[in-house]
Amino acid sequence: MKPKVLVLRAPGTNCDQETAYAFEVAGADAEFMHINQLIEQPSATQNFQVLCVPGGFSFGDDIGAGRILASKFTSRLKDTIEEFRAAEKLVLGICNGFQVLIKTGFLVPADATGLPVTLTWNHNGKYDCRWVNLKNAGSDCVFLQDTELMYLPIAHAEGRFVVRDAATLSQLNNARQVALKYVNPDGSNGQVPFPHNPNGSDENIAGLCDESGRVLGLMPHPERFIDRTQHPRWTRLPEGASADGLKIFENAVAYFA
Amino acid sequence: MVDQATAPPAVTVWQIDLVPADGQRDRIAEELAAEARDIGLAVNLDVSASRGFLLQGDLEQARIEEIAQQLLAEPVVEEFQIASCEQNTSPATGTVYVLPKPGVTDAQAETALAAMRALGFQVAAVRTFRKFQIQNQSPEQLQQLASKLLFNDAIEQVVFGELAIENLITQQPYDFQLQIVSLLDAHDDDLNRISREGGLSLTLVEMQTIQQHFQSLERDPTDIELETIAQTWSEHCSHKTLAGKIEFSDGTQTLHFDNMLKETIFAATQTIRKELADNDWCVSVFKDNAGIVEFDDESCITFKVETHNRPSALEPYGGANTGIGGVIRDTLGTGMGAKPICNTDVFCFAPPETPAEALPPGVLHPRRIMKGVVSGVRDYGNRMGIPTVNGAVYFDDRYAGNPLVFCGNVGLIPNNMAFKEPQPGDLIVTVGGQTGRDGIHGATFSSAELTEHSEVTSGGSVQIGNAITEKMVTDVLLQARDQNLYTAITDCGAGGFSSAVGEMGEELGAVVWLEKAPLKYQGLSYTEIWISEAQERMVVAVPEKHWETFEKLCRDESVEATVIGKFEATGKLKLTFNDQQVGELAMSFLHDGRPQVVRQANWHAQPTSPIAEPVGTVDVNSALLDILSSPNVASKHWIIRQYDHEVLGGSVIKPLVGLYNDGPSDAAVIRPKLKSRRGIAVSCGMNPYFGDFDPYHMAQSSIDEAMRNCVAVGADPNRIAILDNFCWGYTDRPETLGSLVRAALGCHDLAIDLKTPFVSGKDSLNNEFSYTDDAGNRQTISIPSTLLISALGQVPEVDRCVTMDLKQAGNAIYLVGITDPTEMGGSHFNLVTQQTGGDVPKVDSALANAIFGKIHQSINQRWIRSCHDLSEGGLAAAAAEMALAGGLGVVLDLNPTMAHSKHHSRPHEMPPQANMVGQLFAESNTRFLCEIPPQFIAEFEDLFGTQAVRLGSVCDTPNVEIQCGDFQIALSIADIKQAWQKPLDWN
Repeated sequence: MKPKVLVLRAPGTNCDQETAYAFEVAGADAEFMHINQLIEQPSATQNFQVLCVPGGFSFGDDIGAGRILASKFTSRLKDTIEEFRAAEKLVLGICNGFQVLIKTGFLVPADATGLPVTLTWNHNGKYDCRWVNLKNAGSDCVFLQDTELMYLPIAHAEGRFVVRDAATLSQLNNARQVALKYVNPDGSNGQVPFPHNPNGSDENIAGLCDESGRVLGLMPHPERFIDRTQHPRWTRLPEGASADGLKIFENAVAYFA
Repeated sequence: MVDQATAPPAVTVWQIDLVPADGQRDRIAEELAAEARDIGLAVNLDVSASRGFLLQGDLEQARIEEIAQQLLAEPVVEEFQIASCEQNTSPATGTVYVLPKPGVTDAQAETALAAMRALGFQVAAVRTFRKFQIQNQSPEQLQQLASKLLFNDAIEQVVFGELAIENLITQQPYDFQLQIVSLLDAHDDDLNRISREGGLSLTLVEMQTIQQHFQSLERDPTDIELETIAQTWSEHCSHKTLAGKIEFSDGTQTLHFDNMLKETIFAATQTIRKELADNDWCVSVFKDNAGIVEFDDESCITFKVETHNRPSALEPYGGANTGIGGVIRDTLGTGMGAKPICNTDVFCFAPPETPAEALPPGVLHPRRIMKGVVSGVRDYGNRMGIPTVNGAVYFDDRYAGNPLVFCGNVGLIPNNMAFKEPQPGDLIVTVGGQTGRDGIHGATFSSAELTEHSEVTSGGSVQIGNAITEKMVTDVLLQARDQNLYTAITDCGAGGFSSAVGEMGEELGAVVWLEKAPLKYQGLSYTEIWISEAQERMVVAVPEKHWETFEKLCRDESVEATVIGKFEATGKLKLTFNDQQVGELAMSFLHDGRPQVVRQANWHAQPTSPIAEPVGTVDVNSALLDILSSPNVASKHWIIRQYDHEVLGGSVIKPLVGLYNDGPSDAAVIRPKLKSRRGIAVSCGMNPYFGDFDPYHMAQSSIDEAMRNCVAVGADPNRIAILDNFCWGYTDRPETLGSLVRAALGCHDLAIDLKTPFVSGKDSLNNEFSYTDDAGNRQTISIPSTLLISALGQVPEVDRCVTMDLKQAGNAIYLVGITDPTEMGGSHFNLVTQQTGGDVPKVDSALANAIFGKIHQSINQRWIRSCHDLSEGGLAAAAAEMALAGGLGVVLDLNPTMAHSKHHSRPHEMPPQANMVGQLFAESNTRFLCEIPPQFIAEFEDLFGTQAVRLGSVCDTPNVEIQCGDFQIALSIADIKQAWQKPLDWN
């Protein structure tokens, strides 16, 4: 049975179609659902194995990236999401979807002083569209099984991952929640200057999973590299070169096999 | 005694300041300080910045804190401070607030208000503000900083000191009063006055025609009737100059046009379509909001490029923002609605390094204009989720008062949806944004000349867009289209409902109930509702039986859809407000009643200055570096990287290519359908400098440039559709109109020769800026005659596409096409070395046809590893760009081409140095550099014969070496890259 993916749409979602297509290429069935419809009928999630919050500018990101869609989740769909997670299903948030997952607290819960992490304005203060080198940081994330280095595009203005303090960071490391890191073109990490760490993220963090490894949020766009001609240098590469992004969707499908 | 139960609740305006948390950067303040330094206002500006919200509602402070915490303040990086606005009584020195003017779109406030209400907070109104604390500046300096850097009077208001706002709701009720304009007995003076005072931009002859029409009806018109006619007859909506009668004389011949555009550009397309007969691949040309051509068995593609020059001059961000929003609506309003799939944007500015004191009064600094325009395109295009894949920027002093902003969009549409026709009885439905006073008189304003007072008088014409509203509209309309819920669609652009309903109902007739239009705020008169150019609105014709389904579809996605009238077969446009008739016009008078005047157009050939030896010593190395550093040529990565050029997942050839993803691609290629290998290529051509010599050859060179950019990446030259965008000066001057007609003739002739059809176009006239100089003399700056040619090509199989970066040492480099070393007129070599002389480049159409075909054949055979078109800076610049993009060197020898130059140029009669300079830097058309692996050399040479000459090879050493007679270029790739990347490497 093909797993069924719910690709969530909200006002301003704009990567929904290519994300659904990536899931289909990987062997899943994808369906779109608008946030209004989901709020009206939360039980619809029972028919799905994967929930994907794709990229875009939900509600314009007018207040802060992902903020309002996150507030819809926390105020109207909290139980639905918890049930979905408890059923050991998968959740993927890409770019704006990652911002939403962060701001709901689903990845790192809030404490008495609020959320201990956020995704905020890039260090250079601007929207930036470029390809970056990434490394699997060694979590048990379902989506990143059998991956090591990846080359994917980012396209965001608010992708700088910031932690409140060192304690938060070590907690994330201890729980093996750090999933993806920006690295230098030679694969090295440590000092990763702009543009290789494109936004100035703390610890070069590009993606985070929850403790179970079944919920992943990442700033890069894997759905934008599922075909060789999407690579910026495909005209310089051999014909059989693989498309790194596809693996993330295939892993989601393989999880249910 | 006041009854407590019915007393109005105590309403407070709360101010929430969001400030960077301890240890976080104040990024906005840093940028401001840098900008103040860059434009010479302050060396070390001591400034801090914050953003904030004003909230009005009957709420306790604790609730406000909840809102700030839960919704507004960014976790970790921001802190908030709350105060009641009335508490802010002490005027603080150095505090500056900037707020959107009431009525200007404040998307953040709208979104915040909706989100607060959704969470159950009883908030009545929200406004945003930006706040700056600036130390050690006198009040005068603060004023100057504010006006140069912090706010734009066209859309924002500034408050020095603390805010004291008691009420955010500034609604005023509207008292209906029918306005009659006394026209029947008006004298010519009165007619002129009525047109001027009403901002109608109607000429005396037009006013007289209207007067006669109403005399025959034996009544005076209402204001709304006069406005409707003014909108419909405006230059912006009717193109009355170019689509009008013109008598053109160029000294040797006189041509009479009844409709100049129809008899030149449109006629070329008709000729081509007739010749193509059964193979005609054009579907809808020059009649809908965009041109439509076939793509594959199921789909067509649409293409339109618009200008948004006047609004961008006054408010660059909003102007560009609504420019891109507008052209996307053109796509949505084409046929039964096309899906927008990519954007292209071309700008013309004064050079960014222009000293502030060198600018005419009343204009914004070009740097500020450029930053604003780029941000405007970025914020709208990115939010819409439409990749911005192609563009260009040109710089010239003459764009100081009239920057040009071209916004283009390509759409995809099922091939059975290319046409539309509203039916009698269909409901007129407005979808999307609400109507406010935004942009009133945009259509008539955009047809008038700018002056230093434009900023003051035309503020209402300037708007800010809200991309998410348009995205939501797009989402629902494409679903409604596929469910066949409507019969026709068009966009609300210039002229608002007036133009949209007028156009849709032209053949039919319509009645519009103006009071039904949903308003942003109360107080609009029926006429304001009718002509408002509020953004993000579409008009659709919905059969009554589908209304319920249509309305539910919209409601389900929180999109507002409202019935405002009905199409009916009366041949009349009837306007009512609460059942009272306010206007009735015959569609025939509205659309065909405009008086025809014959405009005179003259063109005189410019005296040519023959090619001569360059003045002084020529240093070809520094000339090449200067060309690469000239802003027209220099890398545009600062712009490109701010645009999402990969969303929708179809990216094949990106704007920046090569070993380090930083070389200048000739054209962008995308796959509109992810399941298909078929692609489209988007490119452009523009040569304002050539227009100073001869607009005919400028036009042809621009077509050739757009074509060769497209062909260079793999587009089929037999399937390229092109668009024209004419931006010219004051065309009531016969010489200015003459140069435009001459350009149109150039378009006509080459389009036919290349079988490359124009499918749509747009013009923007009277781009002149008038001001009074220090000596009290009236001065006028006219823009250079600017013709943008945009090309939409098709790539049969994207896997065969080619990029311009060198691939492999040892491969051969060929020059394809023929250099004419006399073609130095308007060249970048002349520009950077201050030389003159030489002819404007011409196009040999037979040669162009042959070369484009052979390049395409070679790309399909996979013989070509890299291919780059030769344009600004000629051969030397192209070779340098290929090298820097590929991280590989080249060794070239041009001596073989010196014997092989264009037949009529008689190279042996050329002055020797001029010949060498020409070989390196001439901008002759239809030329490419191609990289060919050794195993394909024989086939390649066989195919091209004398049309290709081997110049040398790709090499491992990181240098560009070009030998040309006595001249030698020898530069390292590092120096070349530095020269090319640095000028516009802004933060």
